[in-house]
Amino acid sequence: MQHYYFDHNATTPVAPEVLEAMVSCLGQVYGNASSIHFFGQTAKQRMEAARRQLAALIHADPTEIVFTGGGTEADNMAVLGMVRPGGHVITTAIEHPAVLAPCGRWECDGLAMTRLPVGASGIVNPDDVRRALTPQTALISIMHANNELGTLQPIAEIARMAREAGIPLHVDGVQALGKVPVDMEALGADLYSMSAHKLYGPKGVGALYVRKGTRIAPLALGGHHERDRRPGTENVPGIAAFGVAAELAGRSLAAESDRLAGLRDRLENTVLDRISGTGINGARWNRTPNTSNIYFEGIDGEALVIALDLRGFAVSTGAACSSGAMAPSHVLTAIGCEPGRARASMRFSLGRSNTIEQVYALVEALEASVAHLRRISVHA
Amino acid sequence: MPETPIAVAMSGGVDSSTVAALLVRQGHSVIGLTMQLWNQRRLPELAVEGASGRCCSLDDVYDARRVAEQVGIPYYVVNFESQFEEHVVKPFVQQYLAGRTPIPCTLCNNYIKFDRFLEMADAVGALQIATGHYARIRYDKPSRRYQLLRAADASKDQTYFLCGLTQPQLSRTLFPLGEMSKPEVRELARSFGLAVAEKGDSQEICFVPNGDYAQFLDAYLKESGIAQPRTRGEIVTTDGRILGEHAGVHRFTVGQRRGLGIATGEPLYVIATDPAKQRVIVGASDDLLRDRFFTSDVNWISIARVAQPRRAQVKIRNKHYAAPAWLNATGDPTRVEVAFDEPQRAVTPGQGAVFYDGDLVLGGGWIE
Repeated sequence: MQHYYFDHNATTPVAPEVLEAMVSCLGQVYGNASSIHFFGQTAKQRMEAARRQLAALIHADPTEIVFTGGGTEADNMAVLGMVRPGGHVITTAIEHPAVLAPCGRWECDGLAMTRLPVGASGIVNPDDVRRALTPQTALISIMHANNELGTLQPIAEIARMAREAGIPLHVDGVQALGKVPVDMEALGADLYSMSAHKLYGPKGVGALYVRKGTRIAPLALGGHHERDRRPGTENVPGIAAFGVAAELAGRSLAAESDRLAGLRDRLENTVLDRISGTGINGARWNRTPNTSNIYFEGIDGEALVIALDLRGFAVSTGAACSSGAMAPSHVLTAIGCEPGRARASMRFSLGRSNTIEQVYALVEALEASVAHLRRISVHA
Repeated sequence: MPETPIAVAMSGGVDSSTVAALLVRQGHSVIGLTMQLWNQRRLPELAVEGASGRCCSLDDVYDARRVAEQVGIPYYVVNFESQFEEHVVKPFVQQYLAGRTPIPCTLCNNYIKFDRFLEMADAVGALQIATGHYARIRYDKPSRRYQLLRAADASKDQTYFLCGLTQPQLSRTLFPLGEMSKPEVRELARSFGLAVAEKGDSQEICFVPNGDYAQFLDAYLKESGIAQPRTRGEIVTTDGRILGEHAGVHRFTVGQRRGLGIATGEPLYVIATDPAKQRVIVGASDDLLRDRFFTSDVNWISIARVAQPRRAQVKIRNKHYAAPAWLNATGDPTRVEVAFDEPQRAVTPGQGAVFYDGDLVLGGGWIE
């Protein structure tokens, strides 16, 4: 059976150029980037080239890039490195658990936490951020693009406000990088989390942008790597691959995002036309070009994911957890979906491999599966 | 797909794993599904270090996934936690608080494994389901009924918990292990090279990992924010003498001997609990004997109903040998009086009563 992949927000396939860079580096560049000799220097050069490639993609200085073991680690580092019990953090109700959980860890020890509502659009109101500021506020942490809805948050506006108030702003950019232009000067964030595998790079490597002058404590201890911010021998092949992925993303971004937005709109319009009782969750404007979150009234999303998978189409209900079971999404709950509608919602996230033929085939499979599920009336 | 697939309920244990492997070996198209019923991270105070036999743990999902990979079938975890809480855990708690002794496994079979799971099977295009239960199903042409029969291995027979199965449910269900003994199943699992072949049997009720129901009740009520019911009261003998105090009627079940905290010459047993007066009534072993009781919400399986008094063997708890009795019809076809030939010990309200005719399961209901 042919399998089609519509789950690029979960992860992306590694691009051929990225794979080549990673394999050649893994095979040949085995030196420790901290070593003085030839082997160490070669590794260091590969790593620094990648740092420049990633910095170029986000219009930052290479010295502002700290490589990490992934997006979750970057988020954790930003929160736990900036906030202490007794302080106050402003975030949103639709953040990724990689931000919410580290905040929550200190909440019972006296960290005050404001989770801003987002309304039905899935977009936070900058005025709400201003109103939530207190003298104790130590960090504002707001995602750039939401993983389930694709909605883009008004980061530049929030950054101006944060700068006026003198409060550091962390932005979880894991779902935005590679999908929309990211310019650290225009955005104005002080910290920005990134992950390689969301833009056709390998898993297990990420980065945190740390604006010059931002003081942040490391998560782990034991070495002077990454300017004392992230100890541990660097994952040189992964980092080199991340650099290539960043460069590829920079080159293809404009054309690819137009193409994906076209496919995504075609998917949504065809579904809305051909399947009754459907609708889009969250705003249809101001979102990443590849993401669509659609509800199918009266359908159990879990059953639909399985039925589609058995027909060869990989989609998602939202966040996947370790056991592979599915829990109701906190994001859909936050935008006002009642539990029934939340469970009836599916996330489609498109990417480089998807074609218009695949989109039409997906709609056909959806039509058949939804009709079948409605006929046997499996309730959420 | 070549044929309509069979959905196998995979718990990660040796029985359901063997079912999946066996059906694949027989050439069927199979889909493996694991039901996530209970979040083991809840109620951490009940956690048992290294506990085995709890269902829905990450280890069990790991095992089930591994078997599915090995036998080459699509595999998914489906989340029925909210339905399990609604139809199994909450009634379990309510029944205990009302002084009865519930059997959640029967509720789980009725509302989850053979209801919600069948719906999910439908959803993924499977007309039939298969489980690792030890029981047999047979279609009886003359009566046009699906009959339920005890497992060939009487020591593993699980029909007591399956007495709520309806005709539509039975018509779509396969119990491939019904003719086998446990050692045979393990041997089969070994021959298939399944890593779970030597895995221990599950014990107790899956969401009460340490088997301490009273402690589970305490923790569950605390988590739900429900105040502990004030069920502290008197321990009274059958002839009305007050012997002492107890910490709550829900901590006692009919036939229980230990935990009364009273030292007397002869052994004392719980004869009944009276939640209205918050009393635990105790007596001698012989006081536990009863020769008749009513069963309500009877589900008839192998026969349509009883009209005339009918001979049967009646099982009043899982470990009870089925005792000879008469089933006497009442005006209500779902209510039956059971009259034992010999009085039986500890007829416990809330438990199931299942009626047999030899290996045939006639039906079953709840002890009033």
